[in-house]
Amino acid sequence: MRWVVQGLRGEMGSGASPASVATHAVAPAATDRRGPVLVGGGSEESLRRFLHGLPGVDQVGAEARAARLAARSIKREAKLAALDLAVRCVDLTTLEGADTPGKVRALCAKARRPDPSDPAVSPVAAVCIYPDLVGLARQQVGSSGVAVASVATAFPSGRASLRVKLADVEEAVAAGADEVDMVIDRAAFLAGRYGKVRDEVVAVREACRGRVLKVILETGELSTYDNVRRASWLAMLAGADFVKTSTGKVAPAATLPVALVMLQAARDFASATGHQVGVKVAGGVRTAKDAIRYLVVVNEVAGPAWLSPGAFRIGASSLLNDLLMQRATQLGGAYAGPDDFTLD
Amino acid sequence: MPERPGGGLPVRKTYKLFIGGTFPRSESGRSYPVTSEDGAFLANAAMASKKDLRDAVVSARRALGTWWGATAYNRGQVLYRVAEMLEGRRSQLGDEVAAAEGLGRRAALRLVDLAVDRWVWYAGWADKLAQVAGGVNPVAGPYANYSLPEPTGVVGVVAPRASSLLGLVSVVAPVIVSGNTAVVLASETRPLPAVTMGEVLGTSDLPGGVVNLLTGRTSELAPVLASHRDVDGLDLVGAEPDEAAGLEMAAAGNVKRVLRPGPVEPDWGRPPALRRMLAFVETKTVWHPVGI
Repeated sequence: MRWVVQGLRGEMGSGASPASVATHAVAPAATDRRGPVLVGGGSEESLRRFLHGLPGVDQVGAEARAARLAARSIKREAKLAALDLAVRCVDLTTLEGADTPGKVRALCAKARRPDPSDPAVSPVAAVCIYPDLVGLARQQVGSSGVAVASVATAFPSGRASLRVKLADVEEAVAAGADEVDMVIDRAAFLAGRYGKVRDEVVAVREACRGRVLKVILETGELSTYDNVRRASWLAMLAGADFVKTSTGKVAPAATLPVALVMLQAARDFASATGHQVGVKVAGGVRTAKDAIRYLVVVNEVAGPAWLSPGAFRIGASSLLNDLLMQRATQLGGAYAGPDDFTLD
Repeated sequence: MPERPGGGLPVRKTYKLFIGGTFPRSESGRSYPVTSEDGAFLANAAMASKKDLRDAVVSARRALGTWWGATAYNRGQVLYRVAEMLEGRRSQLGDEVAAAEGLGRRAALRLVDLAVDRWVWYAGWADKLAQVAGGVNPVAGPYANYSLPEPTGVVGVVAPRASSLLGLVSVVAPVIVSGNTAVVLASETRPLPAVTMGEVLGTSDLPGGVVNLLTGRTSELAPVLASHRDVDGLDLVGAEPDEAAGLEMAAAGNVKRVLRPGPVEPDWGRPPALRRMLAFVETKTVWHPVGI
């Protein structure tokens, strides 16, 4: 069965031609909860034609729209709701060479109960760690509902053979990861070898065996918004559950215009295929104000359907404390100080 | 608008806030008219909002590490430099103090000179306070035991209402000389000399954020400052006596050090003492094993 493709929304969107999406996307098996997968039928050449057939991004327009949305004023009740939603969307992350088991235990405790003095604060969406710490994190989060996300595929550079990358993924999955954050091969993408990138995502998706797959585009290395749009479509066609901006190891990491372009792609993909792909921003989101700006962009560009941890995530570490501090400020009336919250 | 003596229109000054070493207008866009003692319009001053105060506290907290971490000798040098810059603005400050406090120019200049001397007096204490407030303690054991005064942290200052420059200098200098950083609410009715003082601080090697000066409604800002949980100390000298108790209660939430106001504003012309410096230091005692 081919997907029935509806007309796409034109407004600044990526507007993929419906027919070409239909060529590339085929229906998944009925038992597979996830979306269309690009299969061998799409040759490298037709893939290139499709991706280069996507309309270019209006750079000035995208940046101006992001700036305009960032300036939107959020009133008190809405701000409190937004702060709570942002907490639920956080992937609490530590990706350092110096991560000790103790650090991961502390991180998991914080993920389960972000503010021990206020049980009304929901747990975060997930903890995000290196694969060798997955077993420990799995044990620490227990049945709290917090997912364990593991980076894999030779994170952050992605410079290893496919065999090594798949072994990385398999180990993380075997250790109990619920979600896998893979990096694409940026070098292959920039060299125009889209088929290689696609094949890797498809192979990793197989190796994930039903776990949530987040595909990191590392937009800081993709140079242009057009490339961001192409990489987003490529990842979504290959079966990503989330497209993620960056590893956090490259500057610039997440920016509002990049998130806007990716959210447009997710929205257009959904209207073309009926399948919702989530978006994760990671790196550089440090303040509650930034997080709320992203939520505004999500709501305005992709729509309210993306305003949940199932379809939008924020990868961050110090952000959580600022969210908690702003929440305490909103509820208590007095400005909060960092002394009242745990160190990251 | 009057002409300049030499002809042409004078360029009017915008009186702005001083936050983190920069001179922003209020985030809220508000301002309020400031009049001289006899009711003549002087200028519009920025009317700081809660958010400006929040930004000022963030700046002060950020600057604390640098300022506290500087050697006492270096802090003294920087503060002395402030006095040099203050001296250079003598004439301008004289005019502003005269207008604000309704004094003759000669009396106003005397207050400016006193303010410069006051600043130099406090600057000298930077590397001497530890000798007076700290010391070596005799203990019954093989330890060298020292007590040292350390800064309290971010200190909120409600500046005196009447004495626009000498009073301001007499409360800000003792706070920062020991390594604290300050968020200062200038006199609501006489803010203009404080704004110029901000310009002096901004051009004198003082790291940005060590002193942050806000002009605006004290009744609006002081409660926010008092209850802010990232502020460690509070000098209420310029608070209305009937409001001070409420502010002190708000400050109890995170156990701020509070310096209470007296029933009337002190006579700032009297010689200064250690009291205001010692109010915002914490004594740290170190036991250092010897002979082992």
